[in-house]
Amino acid sequence: MSETPNKITAEIVAEHGLSEEEYQLVLEIMGREPNITELGIFSVMWSEHCSYKSSKKWLKTLPTEAPWVICGPGENAGIIDIGDGQAAIFKMESHNHPSYIEPYQGAATGVGGIMRDVFTMGARPIANLNALRFGRPDHPKTRHLVHGVVEGIGGYGNCMGVPTVGGECEFDKSYDGNILVNAMTVGLASTDKIFYSAAAGIGYPVVYVGSKTGRDGIHGATMASTEFTEATEDKRPTVQVGDPFTEKLLLEACLELMATDAIVAIQDMGAAGLTSSSFEMASNGGVGIDMNLDAVPQREENMTAYEMMLSESQERMLMVLHPGKEDMAREIFEKWELDFAIIGKLTEPDESGTGHMVLFHKGEKIADLPIDPLAAASPEYDRPWVPTPARETLKPSEVKAPDNLMAALKTMLGGANGSSRRWIWEQYDHMVMADTVQRPGGDAAVVRVHGTKKALAMSSDVTPRYVFADPVMGGRQAVAESWRNLTATGARPLAITDNMNFGNPQRPEIMGQFVGACEGIADACIALDFPVVSGNVSLYNETNGTGILPTPTIGGVGLLDDVSKTVGVGFGGEGQAIVIIGETAGHLGQSQYLMEIIGRDGLSADDGAPPNVDLALERKNGDFVRAEIISGAASACHDISSGGLLVALAEMAMASNMGATIEDLSGASTPIHAWAFGEDQARYIVTTSDPEEMLERAEKSGVYATLAGTVEGQELTIGTAHSISVAELKDVHENWMPDFMSHPEAH
Amino acid sequence: MKATVHVTLKNGVLDPQGKAIEHTLSGLEFKGINEVRQGKFIELDINETDPAKAREQIDAMCRGLLANTVIENYEIEIIE
Repeated sequence: MSETPNKITAEIVAEHGLSEEEYQLVLEIMGREPNITELGIFSVMWSEHCSYKSSKKWLKTLPTEAPWVICGPGENAGIIDIGDGQAAIFKMESHNHPSYIEPYQGAATGVGGIMRDVFTMGARPIANLNALRFGRPDHPKTRHLVHGVVEGIGGYGNCMGVPTVGGECEFDKSYDGNILVNAMTVGLASTDKIFYSAAAGIGYPVVYVGSKTGRDGIHGATMASTEFTEATEDKRPTVQVGDPFTEKLLLEACLELMATDAIVAIQDMGAAGLTSSSFEMASNGGVGIDMNLDAVPQREENMTAYEMMLSESQERMLMVLHPGKEDMAREIFEKWELDFAIIGKLTEPDESGTGHMVLFHKGEKIADLPIDPLAAASPEYDRPWVPTPARETLKPSEVKAPDNLMAALKTMLGGANGSSRRWIWEQYDHMVMADTVQRPGGDAAVVRVHGTKKALAMSSDVTPRYVFADPVMGGRQAVAESWRNLTATGARPLAITDNMNFGNPQRPEIMGQFVGACEGIADACIALDFPVVSGNVSLYNETNGTGILPTPTIGGVGLLDDVSKTVGVGFGGEGQAIVIIGETAGHLGQSQYLMEIIGRDGLSADDGAPPNVDLALERKNGDFVRAEIISGAASACHDISSGGLLVALAEMAMASNMGATIEDLSGASTPIHAWAFGEDQARYIVTTSDPEEMLERAEKSGVYATLAGTVEGQELTIGTAHSISVAELKDVHENWMPDFMSHPEAH
Repeated sequence: MKATVHVTLKNGVLDPQGKAIEHTLSGLEFKGINEVRQGKFIELDINETDPAKAREQIDAMCRGLLANTVIENYEIEIIE
């Protein structure tokens, strides 16, 4: 075995991120010492990124089933039935670490990777979303990172001709050294043309298609699972560079081949490239693979087996074809100017029942690994965890009132986290394909299912400061807010993808955040019939021992049977009534008001518990609101979330350039600042031209609804004492982001 | 003082632009091209007259803006 000049030393094992116990397990599985290629394969397969070894135990507790779920977690992406023989295929995935090191390419290849996950399964991508989290705005790196990430997302998505229709962007100091870039893609497929990864057919050809393999991001998957220190920042590993034009060709070539009956199984080469794709296909199919690495299309000279197996070169796929279809498939890929190579064949499992991955290079057998123990039986840890201590609920009277209510509103709407994200989404092509019905900036994006009157609603949500204060409630809230945002467009929420971003799971308090968030997500998924169909876990998001705020991003997808019924957040029309659905108690603990106006950071127990999420109430109020939208009674709808009632009203006013006169409904137990900025859950604002009938229906359904005011004029007015012009609000709201980004570099 | 900077992609980094050039050249029937890799050539005229100091200044410019040192190398040449 020519590639093992040296014995495997403890140092080499440690460099590969394997613990002593894990290496002992390697020796047991192999029955001998592995060579360097084999060790490299173990290392990536058992990295947190590929094996989910710390999270698996808890992910299994998430509900994944519903009558409309075609395929839950475990494949490249989740699949739901949207009727008429059509399916929506979607997933969210993180590219946090690469984006911090090289923001443009890191974000771009994140977008490219998630689109491949979706089209691998037979779907044409129809929309992208991105949930971004950066450090505090005055951190010297933040502006540079925002620039690079936004350009990278736009660069890749725009070149592919897929609209970027929504997402989130927040700033918090916990992300100073560890930003989050979570990319989501939604695709559309026929239910009878869905492709999976399980290989089958002994002797069938294993085919490599797409770009050539270079020495890109070797060990990226291992890097993504290790904490940053100052030293790794200097090491600057080679990051992958994406080529969206090649990916566009790969998409078209794959869809063209998928229209025939040539493909048995297909898997994209993402993290840990050839290794994880080949192992997953073989493992899912219970077969082995003989692979000839000399046949792998190579971009560079003298590549070793180790490098080829671990390379993360982009825009590549692996598939198993029916014998006899090779020439037809080759013609398609060559027509699209892509590489096509038969690099191996499927083999029988051995007497013990496991398939083997046998690699040949330069005429020698250079690796022989049993697949099942390595892939399916990879380590699973029950890491010690401690629950997050419960916090007391903050009473409204314990939170200082602002000197001026409308000045506080202006500060919140014109701050880093309350301001418009137009600067970001205008850089993305959000209208390409001509099916974007609701653009970015509302509760959820709505994208028409091409050629039908159906549409998909989609959004991404999480409130990390809630999850930090109470992981269970925060997990619930993230799912509930996603469900509300879809509901507010009139859509029926169907399923979610979860992107779990946390710190170091070897610290019990971080593991406790993860466990709590899973519990909360599961509660909400069950209560709202809103299962998890795909997801991704990103751990070790910390720098020098400081973790990020726990950020389980929820990407939700819902269905509108008739897109003409959808409503936006802008007020429905001059003279219409404004109705608030749900009860306002004035919950200010962990609120945006507490952060932005009082100046707290949400990290200490006296910042209070996050708002309670009553899931039965969520369901009741949401079902009522959706019915009002579908019947045409509600002319606009906005869910009330961060910033509370007044921020939601202002957003509706700004979206429609219309003012409103609102009755002051505060009272003794709910002072006006708590009424205006409290973040009680399960609430919506709707406008209607017939409030009496709506209130009557609400009463019959047992839904708490209040007539709060009227759409009129150019000012937003509360009671008799508080008023501000919508234009003034819009000015601060729209200007924060462009002003921030055009500021000269701080260093 | 005049100086030039060559910025090139590090070895092994994918070069989509180079690939496009190579592909187009082949399409124009230029034969026998194995690989094309492209980069940037920058000319600077600066006030500094001391070559060592000039190099130091330009090096800082390269690290700060002219090159993306994560994926690119640069080479500075001082021309008197």
